[in-house]
Amino acid sequence: MSTEKIQQELGDVAIKIRQMHKWYGAFHVLKDINLDVHSGERIVVCGPSGSGKSTMIRCINRLEEHQKGDIIVDGVELTNDLKNIEAVRREVGMVFQHFNLFPHLTVLENCTLAPIWVRKVPKAEAEATAMQYLERVKIPEQALKYPGQLSGGQQQRVAIARSLCMSPKIMLFDEPTSALDPEMIKEVLDTMIELAQEGMTMICVTHEMGFAKTVANRVIFMDEGQIIEQNEPEEFFNNPQNERTQLFLSQILNH
Amino acid sequence: MPEQQYEPGTHPDLPPPFAASGPVKWVRENLFSSPTNIALTVLAMFFLYKIIPGMFAWTFTDATFVAADRNECRALNSGACWAFIAQRWELFTYGFYPETERWRVIITFVLFVATVILLLWEKCPGRQYRFIVGALFPMVALWLIVGGSSTEAALMAYAAALVVAYFVYQRFGHNLSARFWFSLLAFVLVAIGVYTLWTAMGWSMLEHVSTDKFGGFMLTLIIGVTGITLSLPLGILLALGRQSNLPIIKYACIGFIEFIRGVPLITLLFVASTMLSYFLPPGTNFDLLLRVLIMVTLFASAYMAEVIRGGLQAVPKGQTEAADAMGLKYGPAMRLIVLPQALKISIPGIVNTFIGLYKDSVLVIVIGLLDPLGIGQASLADTKWQGLSTEVYLFVAIFFFVSCYAMASYSRHLEDKLHTGHKR
Ligand SMILES: Nc1ncnc2c1ncn2[C@@H]1O[C@H](COP(=O)(O)OP(=O)(O)O)[C@@H](O)[C@H]1O
Ligand SMILES: [Mg+2]
Repeated sequence: MSTEKIQQELGDVAIKIRQMHKWYGAFHVLKDINLDVHSGERIVVCGPSGSGKSTMIRCINRLEEHQKGDIIVDGVELTNDLKNIEAVRREVGMVFQHFNLFPHLTVLENCTLAPIWVRKVPKAEAEATAMQYLERVKIPEQALKYPGQLSGGQQQRVAIARSLCMSPKIMLFDEPTSALDPEMIKEVLDTMIELAQEGMTMICVTHEMGFAKTVANRVIFMDEGQIIEQNEPEEFFNNPQNERTQLFLSQILNH
Repeated sequence: MPEQQYEPGTHPDLPPPFAASGPVKWVRENLFSSPTNIALTVLAMFFLYKIIPGMFAWTFTDATFVAADRNECRALNSGACWAFIAQRWELFTYGFYPETERWRVIITFVLFVATVILLLWEKCPGRQYRFIVGALFPMVALWLIVGGSSTEAALMAYAAALVVAYFVYQRFGHNLSARFWFSLLAFVLVAIGVYTLWTAMGWSMLEHVSTDKFGGFMLTLIIGVTGITLSLPLGILLALGRQSNLPIIKYACIGFIEFIRGVPLITLLFVASTMLSYFLPPGTNFDLLLRVLIMVTLFASAYMAEVIRGGLQAVPKGQTEAADAMGLKYGPAMRLIVLPQALKISIPGIVNTFIGLYKDSVLVIVIGLLDPLGIGQASLADTKWQGLSTEVYLFVAIFFFVSCYAMASYSRHLEDKLHTGHKR
C-alpha cells in the first residue's frame, strides 16, 4: 500500500494493528491482535503477568518483530524496511519498567542524545529543549547528575523527559511504576497524568487502576496472548463481561 | 562530657569520629583485627626485617657503580655490580642504532611522552589538538626513527596528497559525489607524483636507519606502543564482527580469533620471520620488524576481541533497546551507548592484555631481534663481565615493572574517573 493511501484510510488513527500474530520459536505469544488507537487516545493495557502485554507494545516500535498481520503506525507500515522502522521510532517514545537510562551520560546528555543524533538538532537548542522538559517533570536541578545518583522515581521522570525531547506523537509505557518504591509511584503517575491531559496519544501497560480511571479512554484486558475485553474505564471496572477479566480484577483490587 | 542534645530534626552533619577513619582505623581493621591476623602481621614483619636490610645493602650500600670490569667490581665491594649496566646503558637503550643518529630516538621519545600526556591527561593545556597530534605523531615518529629517502617520499606523498585532496574537496565539484571523486583522483595523482619525484631525485633529510639496528628498550617501546594502539581498535572491530548478523563476517571473525588464540605467539613470530618470505613474491623486501609488529598486533587483537566481547555482553539489553526505541542507528548506538559502557567494564581486561602484549615483546629474541633481554644475554657472554646475570635480569625486570605498573595505575585512575554512580 502506498503511504498516501494508508493515510487516507486511517483518518486520525495513530496506530492500527490488524490480525497480528507473533511467535517466540514455537510459542504463540500474540494471537490475532486487532487494535485501533486514535490520535489523542489514552489506552491502558492490563492483564496477568506473561499474557503478552509487553510483547504487544514492543511490536509497535519494532523492538519485537511480528510474524503475521499488519501494524501501521502514524501512517507508516512496519515491515523489514529499516527506513520505515526508523521513521516509526522517531515518532514513538517509549518508557521502560527499568528506566534504561544511559548510566555513563548525565541526565542532560541522556535527554539531548537522540535529538542531536537522530533529529540533527544543534546542541544548544537540544539542551534548551531538554531543560524545558526536565522542568516539566520537575527535576531541572538534577540535569548535570548521573542517573546512578538519582532515586528511582527521579530516574523514571528523566526517562519520560528523555522520550519527550524527541517530540513524539505517540508514547508507549511498559509498567513504568512497577519497579518503584511505593512513595515514588505518585510522582511518576502525576507526570503521566499531566502528559495525558495535554493530549498525548498514549498506550500504557500498568496495573495502577487509579491512573486508568483518571485518564484512560479505554482499558484493554489481555490474557494468554489475546485481547479478551476492552471498554471505557467505568464500564470495564464496574461491569466486566468476561469471567477472566472478573477474576483478574478481583485479584488486583482486593489486595 | 555528655552529648549535646538537639531538637528532633535539627541535628547538624558532623565529621566521623577519629577512630572511624584515617590510618588508625586502617591499621586496626587490616593488621590487628583477629588473633590469626595479628600472628600473620608479626610473621610478615619478622620476615621483612630479615630480608630487607640485606637486599638494601646488596642493591645500594654495598654496590659498585664505577668499575672497568667484573674483577675490579669484586675488589671494590661485595654487593651488586651496577658498573656493568652503566657501561652498557646505551646498548640497553638503543640497541645498535648508530651513535651519531641517537638524538632522533631521544626527540621521538620526548614527543611520545608529550603526546601521551596530551592524550591521557584531561587537564592538559592544548587538549583540543589531541586528535591532530595523535594522528601526526606516528608519521613524525616513523620519519625520525627510520628516515631515509623512500620513507620520506611516502610520508611526503601522503601529506601532500591529503592537503591537496582536502583543498579540492572544498573548492571543486557541485555535488558531494563529484567532490568525492575529484578529491580521490587528486589524492592518487599527487601521491604518485610526489613519491616518484622524491625518490627519483634521491632527496633525503634524515639518513636511513635499517630496522635490524633497532634494539633494547627502544625496540620494546616500538613494539609495545604500536601493538597497543592498533590492537584496541582491531579488537573492537573483531568483537563487533563476532556479534554480527551476517554469517560471513561473524564466522570470519570467529575463525580469526580462534586461530590466533590457538597458536603460540612464538609460532606466529617464526611464521613472520621465515614462512612469509615463501608466500610473498620473490624479491619483495618485507621488513622483519614490520612483520613482527603485524603479528604481535594480530595476536593481541584476538585476545582484545574476547575481552571486549565480555564487556559487550555485560551491557544490559535495555541499553540497546532504549537506543533503538529512540531511532538511533546501529553505528551511533554502538559508539555512543554500548561501546563506552562495554569498554569501561573491560578496562581491567584490556589493560591486562596490553601488559601481556608489552611483556611478550621479549619473545622477538627467538627470531634474532635484540630486545633488552636479548641485549642482556648477549652482554653476559662478555668475558670481562661474567657472572652478572642477577644485575642484568633485575635491571630489565625493573624497566618492565615500571612501565607495566604505570599502565596499571592509569587504568585504575580511569576506572575511578568513569565511575558515575554510588560505589557499592
Ligand atoms: N525473548 C523471549 N523469548 C521467548 N519467550 C519470551 C520472550 N519474551 C517474552 N517471552 C514470553 O512471552 C510471554 C509474554 O511475555 P510478556 O509480553 O513479557 O508478558 P507481560 O508483559 O504481559 O508480562 C511470556 O510467557 C514470556 O515468558
Ligand atoms: Mg511486561
